[in-house]
Amino acid sequence: MKYADEFRDKEIALGLAKTIRAETHPGRPYRFMEFCGGHTHAISRYGLEDMLPSNVRMIHGPGCPVCVLPAGRIDMAIRLAERSEVILCVYGDLMRVPGSQGASLLKAKARGADVRMVYSTIDAVRIAQENPEREIVFFAIGFETTTPPTAVMIRLVEKKQLSNFSVFCNHVLTPPAMQNILESPDIRSIGRVEIDGFVGPAHVSTIIGTAPYEFFAEEFGKPVVISGFEPLDMMQAILMLVRQVNENRHEVENQYSRAVTRDGNLRAKEEVSDIFELRDQFEWRGLGQVPYSGLKLKRAYAKYDAEVRFGMNELCVDDNPACECGAILRGVKKPVDCKLFGTVCTPETPMGSCMVSSEGACAAHWTYGRFRDHQQRRAS
Amino acid sequence: MKAYQRKLDIRNGCVDLSHGSGGRAMAQLISGLFHEAFGNEWLARGNDQSAFDVGAGRMVMTTDGYVVSPLFFPGGNIGSLAVHGTVNDIAMAGAKPLYLSASFIIEEGFRFADLKTIADSMGEAARTAGVHIITGDTKVVERGKADGLFISTSAVGIVPDGLDLSAENARVGDRVLISGTLGDHGVAIMSKRQNLAFETEIVSDSAALNDLVARMVEAGGAGIRLMRDPTRGGLAATLNEIAQQSRLGFHLREEEIPVKPGVAAACELLGLDPLHVANEGKLVAIVAPEIAGAVLAAMRAHPLGRDAADIGEAVADDHHFVQMATSFGGGRIVDWLSGEQLPRIC
Repeated sequence: MKYADEFRDKEIALGLAKTIRAETHPGRPYRFMEFCGGHTHAISRYGLEDMLPSNVRMIHGPGCPVCVLPAGRIDMAIRLAERSEVILCVYGDLMRVPGSQGASLLKAKARGADVRMVYSTIDAVRIAQENPEREIVFFAIGFETTTPPTAVMIRLVEKKQLSNFSVFCNHVLTPPAMQNILESPDIRSIGRVEIDGFVGPAHVSTIIGTAPYEFFAEEFGKPVVISGFEPLDMMQAILMLVRQVNENRHEVENQYSRAVTRDGNLRAKEEVSDIFELRDQFEWRGLGQVPYSGLKLKRAYAKYDAEVRFGMNELCVDDNPACECGAILRGVKKPVDCKLFGTVCTPETPMGSCMVSSEGACAAHWTYGRFRDHQQRRAS
Repeated sequence: MKAYQRKLDIRNGCVDLSHGSGGRAMAQLISGLFHEAFGNEWLARGNDQSAFDVGAGRMVMTTDGYVVSPLFFPGGNIGSLAVHGTVNDIAMAGAKPLYLSASFIIEEGFRFADLKTIADSMGEAARTAGVHIITGDTKVVERGKADGLFISTSAVGIVPDGLDLSAENARVGDRVLISGTLGDHGVAIMSKRQNLAFETEIVSDSAALNDLVARMVEAGGAGIRLMRDPTRGGLAATLNEIAQQSRLGFHLREEEIPVKPGVAAACELLGLDPLHVANEGKLVAIVAPEIAGAVLAAMRAHPLGRDAADIGEAVADDHHFVQMATSFGGGRIVDWLSGEQLPRIC
């Protein structure tokens, strides 16, 4: 496959693996967090861990929008979908995310709620046009990459003068969450998660650029390398991080120079800032309330804001106390450290959010990597 | 006196509730459309059942329901699929399929023209596969009670002497052979789904595999441990099932697994794994290592096995994992598909 195979070349990968091995100092740990679930998925799917020396450890971060969505937001969506006038349009990944007491949109749909799986914002607009007597709500979710399409959709709805359309906004931001991981007091009290550098998500940076990480790298003294999602991209990014660590540098470097610039996509950023504004705080599953980490529609667009339009109340739901998603999302624990992992919590019956999306740390490890646990157990 | 009956208006007409009521309209639909399409001596006798001779040896029987959406897709339709799928289930026992039954649940308003196209493809698929559709049933339900048309087919076949293919038969050291490229059917269907339509040249691989199987049995005989057609859940589900039932594991090599570039690209776009995508004209065979070469050669000599490949082997593994060496150089599990096959969102 053109433009993909070039970035999955085994020979180049082996060459990079050799260089990484040669340049890492054997006695020194290199702990890198890949923030984004897309990276987690790529690491597992291509078996990247097998190619890295044992002192290079990848810590899976909270960058999966499905995984960090708190159960309360799912409950809110279910309540909304249960209203007879509402058609709730969602991306497929959200259907099985557990709300409270085992509820999910998939189950709500089976009981009669009109929940429709869509593949793009355009589909939702089409459904609104086809059903003028119904209220269409789009369940907007995702990081900076998926926010511009929501903004464009609102512009489109405005232009078409559709009065039956609104957005349940759950868009979140990457840099505040990364900052939260390093600042959060309970991480410091646990004191176990040491991170030597971050692999930053390239797709997010195609929109926001690399500049927003500069303060972060400077303030926390941690290197950040913005990386693409192909396995060779990741190998190269890891090598770049190793070099920064070895040279005591903490800069923002751009591995994905084929699409990412320092300033990002100005037009997209403009559209987003026209329509959205920061929430004071937003709840992340596993991280709790993170200041200035979520977006909502500006007052001028309130008629498109489902939370306003339907008077939705914020619901807060505690996660299963045995679920370690919080610690896993912060990189403090590994999936296998959770008692629920692979017992009651599997991709078929996810208890915690990390098991729901294929980008979640637990689902990725379960789906692609769990054979290593048995190998390790045998070896020890 | 013979009552006058207007001819079935196949071009413009459509099925109504009278076509399922047991009256003349139903008889006309059956004789004018289905018998026409399936034409054989058994149906011609017009009984509620068909009699046939049973030879010596073991018989196999299978049944399957077809609810595919859309009904027409690149490379086939629900009718050809309903024949191929059921013929293949028989063929996976190494058996020769003989007779099929077909049951139709039709939503009122369904166009005769479409029904005829579908029935004709069933007739053609049956003739190509060398089987006969010898009994059937037609029901019509009210509008909104079925998505156009559902078809259910059953089949019987006869197993050659000395062959006992079964999922618990795989042994450590056996080779894993597949008959061709993976994921064609699923991608062809998805490319035509509402909301998802994308342009691709991929057509469904829907085909009857009984002739290919006969050639493989000639070449490999009892050295063939078992065969499966990797339909829903794809190759991943099939190998995981076999691993569980035979109580062993598999090691695959990703670079040996044939996937068409168009399928790979569509999967990439939708966040799917070709190993999870359905096939309707492919088989996986677990065979003894000493006959693997001969069976593979026989497969490659057949038009439906041109891209056949040896993709790995059965290994001892208490956890029954299907593992794969990725073409990138790492290792990973090939797991069951969980839930529906849903594209990732970012």
